[in-house]
Amino acid sequence: MKRTAIVGCGQTDHNGNRFDVTGIELIHEAVSRALADAELTIEDIDGVVIGNMDHFEGINGVELWSISGNGGILKPTIKLTTGGTTGSTLAIGGYHLTASGLFNKLLVIGWEKNSESDTTGAITTAFDPVWDRLVFAGAISGLAVEASAYMKKFGVTEKDAARAVIRDRKHAVKNPHAHLRREVTIEEVLRAPLLSDPIKALDICPRTDGACAVIFANEDYAEKICPKPAWISGAANRHPYAYLGDVDWYPLKSLALASQELYAKLGIKEPLKEINLMELYTPYSFANLSWIEALGLAKPGEGAKLIWDGVTDAGGALPINLSGGVLSTNPIGATGLIRAAECAHQIMGRAGERQAQGVKKALSTGFGGCFWSDILIYGSEKPS
Amino acid sequence: MVQKNRLKRSDFIFIESGDAFQPFQYSVGMEGSRFFAELRDHKKFWGLRCPSCRKVYVPPRKICGPCFKTMEEWVEVGPMGTLSAFTILRFPFIDPETGEKKPVPYGYAFILLDGASTQFQHFLKIDPDWPPAIGVRVKPVFAENRQGKLSDILHFEAA
Ligand SMILES: [Zn+2]
Repeated sequence: MKRTAIVGCGQTDHNGNRFDVTGIELIHEAVSRALADAELTIEDIDGVVIGNMDHFEGINGVELWSISGNGGILKPTIKLTTGGTTGSTLAIGGYHLTASGLFNKLLVIGWEKNSESDTTGAITTAFDPVWDRLVFAGAISGLAVEASAYMKKFGVTEKDAARAVIRDRKHAVKNPHAHLRREVTIEEVLRAPLLSDPIKALDICPRTDGACAVIFANEDYAEKICPKPAWISGAANRHPYAYLGDVDWYPLKSLALASQELYAKLGIKEPLKEINLMELYTPYSFANLSWIEALGLAKPGEGAKLIWDGVTDAGGALPINLSGGVLSTNPIGATGLIRAAECAHQIMGRAGERQAQGVKKALSTGFGGCFWSDILIYGSEKPS
Repeated sequence: MVQKNRLKRSDFIFIESGDAFQPFQYSVGMEGSRFFAELRDHKKFWGLRCPSCRKVYVPPRKICGPCFKTMEEWVEVGPMGTLSAFTILRFPFIDPETGEKKPVPYGYAFILLDGASTQFQHFLKIDPDWPPAIGVRVKPVFAENRQGKLSDILHFEAA
């Protein structure tokens, strides 16, 4: 197995709609920026891996359809798609394929044009037609139910969750790629229209058009391409459930198990102290409290305290979602890969105004499916 | 900086998919067929018990995923249950089963039927005199003309 790193990243200007481009052109915008970031041309690339949630746009052969924009002409071109976790699965796929040594320089692309269909209706079609679809209403409904159980168990409040929203939205102001770049107040979050109790309009991620491209290179090439590559330390994932009714509401078991596996493998005992930065696929406010408990950052029910104390704000001991996170930008098939790109750019020192100082270890997650989780850890040091 | 679309919205041309009929027909297998027949004919709920972990699965399915074992032992569960989590859905969206806007608001409940290990999802009656809470007891209300599908239950309400 070869050590492997991220050596270049590109993101589109994410927005609620990108009517000015087709999906193919949106993909091309991200790919061009990733190649420029790595100072490579498409001729340097060995293969392309692309993913989205194909039922959003209703285009099933995306790897073929988008070939003129994705750079895959006359190269191995593969599609990976796993629902909400598509972007993080793409990152894990890029890691596996370059670590295998069969690909040296691989282009990985995640994208979505959520403006092209009804997001909730499309998500519902990812669930069982007989047993799940009668009452299920897409991601918001499942997450609202999770929040109801979490609030009941620990007495967590809507105001606690709102504090996490204002963090992510404040961070987004400094990210030129973010979709929502306006700060909000706790009062605005609490007064926003109720969508599905207790989730209000500002508690949930937006629907975004956007693409992200990431170039992976293994140890034979990484340092020649990039002065400070973001090395992949490891990855893990868990897919625990089939039907929604099988879910245990607390903790987020998939994330707890995946992070425990990876921490053990990398010898991480106190993630809060040992990891410098996290980019979490937290698609709604309460996830920013309860899922950091699953990640071992706080004891059960105590995630809110960490958020209120500012530990996870820019300049805090463990900044989370300096990009503005999923609450500011959510082109679904790209979302998990944006988390990887943001961690990589922080390690490379290319994060612009949102750059944190001294990032040696970073962690990203992906969320989707039936409460599934992916996790990757990145380092500035080449793994031994 | 965020790139602005260079045309006005009215200048963009959109191609819509229109009214399409989707000819899907899903089988529910031996286990699902028995479950729905019992619901239709006797208003009863049945689950399957895993020989390895002893969990009782409702809806029933042939395989316990975590144990990867085949299940054969039928267990009657419910009809009474406990509300384990819920929300009230308020935003409008398109139901992919019908292509129509789903009628909102509606209560979305996860119910642990008595004797089951997994939760059963269904509608929860919204009743101003009975604000739902996690842990309350609930019962199903059945349709008069039952056809062997989930909507043979109209909703769950206070027991
Ligand atoms: Zn079992």
